[in-house]
Amino acid sequence: MTELVIQLLNSLYYASTLFLLACGLTLIYGVMRIVNLAHGTLYALGAYVTAGAVLTLGAEHPLALYLVMPIGAVAAALTGAVIEPSLLRPLYRRPEEYQLLVTFGLLLILEDVMRFLWGALPLSPSAPADHLGSITILDATYPNYNFLVIGVGALAAAALWAFVYRTKFGVILRATSQDMRMTSALGVDARRVYVLAFTIGCFLAGLGGAIIVPISGAALGMGVDALILAFVVVVVGGLGSLEGALVGSLIVGVFRTLGVNYFPEAELAILYLITAVVLLVRPTGLFGSA
Amino acid sequence: MGDASVWGGVRVAGPIVLLLLLLPWFLPPYQTILFSYGLAFAVAALGFNLLLGYTGLLSFGHSAYFGVGAYTVAFLVKYLRIGSMELHLLGGILATAAVSALFGLVCVRYTRIFFAMLTLALSQVLWSLALKFYWVSGGTDGLRVPTPTLLGLLGGPKADKVAFLSHGYYYIVVLVFVGAVGIMWIIVHSPFGKALQAIRDNEIRAEFVGIQVRRYRWLAFLISGVFTGVAGALWAPLNGLVTPDIVYWPFSGRIVFLTVLGGFRNFTGPVVGAIVYNYLETYAVGTTTYWQFVLGAVLVVLVMTMPAGIVGTLVRLLPRIQRAA
Repeated sequence: MTELVIQLLNSLYYASTLFLLACGLTLIYGVMRIVNLAHGTLYALGAYVTAGAVLTLGAEHPLALYLVMPIGAVAAALTGAVIEPSLLRPLYRRPEEYQLLVTFGLLLILEDVMRFLWGALPLSPSAPADHLGSITILDATYPNYNFLVIGVGALAAAALWAFVYRTKFGVILRATSQDMRMTSALGVDARRVYVLAFTIGCFLAGLGGAIIVPISGAALGMGVDALILAFVVVVVGGLGSLEGALVGSLIVGVFRTLGVNYFPEAELAILYLITAVVLLVRPTGLFGSA
Repeated sequence: MGDASVWGGVRVAGPIVLLLLLLPWFLPPYQTILFSYGLAFAVAALGFNLLLGYTGLLSFGHSAYFGVGAYTVAFLVKYLRIGSMELHLLGGILATAAVSALFGLVCVRYTRIFFAMLTLALSQVLWSLALKFYWVSGGTDGLRVPTPTLLGLLGGPKADKVAFLSHGYYYIVVLVFVGAVGIMWIIVHSPFGKALQAIRDNEIRAEFVGIQVRRYRWLAFLISGVFTGVAGALWAPLNGLVTPDIVYWPFSGRIVFLTVLGGFRNFTGPVVGAIVYNYLETYAVGTTTYWQFVLGAVLVVLVMTMPAGIVGTLVRLLPRIQRAA
């Protein structure tokens, strides 16, 4: 029983970080039809900026620590706001291999920018997690910080849903993703929508990185590893679908937790096989539309 | 193909082959070995471009076939104690043919971005197996590949590695490279190759002409995988170590990169791209810790300003230069 509860919480924790990463990826694909290979690297950037800020601040001021943590998300968002108009905008009319390649080039560049700024050694600012302590569930202890992560993930999902389905800009966003030319003809500035969608996507990725940094730390290569998991989520859920990203995160979260515990060797292979099977049965994913 | 074009081909290819054969006599061993890497990547790029350039399918999972080729060699050495180069290549071809035939069946049902993602997902299955089943594959430490023997005579684990690689092994690489270029040239100029290009340009029209689109795509996928696998099998003894890095998805990105660097709209582009990329990467790694930055910047500038690649841009500029002269 205890184990079941703990595994369930772990699955939710994992799903929450995956959702933050994957919903940005799927939002960007949904609106501008670009698979952003640098998305995981922006998540890593969020982790590094927050880690740097937390380590500079020291562990003495708990409240200030929590206030400074979103800075990683802001940094990723600003980077996104620069990248979209400068590098992606000229390529929308080109075939997708160029779009994939330019984001792959960005990934390489950003990896080394982080190496230059923060060095090759991993950063592990655990103070924000330490301050919260842990609670006893039945007869196991569980870190309180994980609840915070689950909460932020749930909050982000709710906020994103409200934004996309309950605001005027959300309507414009969905209209642009369905038919960009038609919405432009109706007087919507598609360029503005694209910048905003890309920036929001990057913000969410940066938030994912910032929120997990007290637990897993920031290390080079984390973005490359994370992207591929986000990718699994998005493919399972359906490219471009936010509901899909949520359900996909939960599925991958559960399978990853089960895999890590019961078949550690095949843990990753199982995820990729699920992806391949979903693509075979439903190429557009569980919630995707062609 | 008429006699004239055959002679034209020989007139162009002859001097190049001669130059390739003479190279070890006036290049230092290090440069020869470095060049062999470029030629091995060129074989992979030729195979990759049959899909991208001629069939219009972007694979982001070619690390899988390169990796299968390289790991097959490592497994043959480690578990079957086979040190013969000829058997390594044969094993590499059979293993990648099996894997790409299977993966191809799945992947060719889709095109465009779904094809790219499916190839990527499948390649990562192999990567995670290479990483996690460390008692078979050596995990992140990888597997050592000792110097192989050629024709049962040259080489072997006791031979001087540098001398062997720069003289004996180099000729095998050149032989395979020239063979690969020749075979690929015949393929893309055959009716089969023309059918692939028809599929690339207009799938529906190709279907109406009577081309079995999915079957042809599958065959192209299979050939492409085998070429890339041969490249992996050639590369393994050069590098002396096979690690999961070559199956990880950024390696697939590298294969796309070098093909686009040369230009994927023509036959020679990928070959030139592979050789140039190999020098670019080697010197970037040698001069700075931030070599990934250099490669990333080159890639971004390339995509923004020179989408036709090196050869594509030259082909476009040549008439202008000739007119100006």
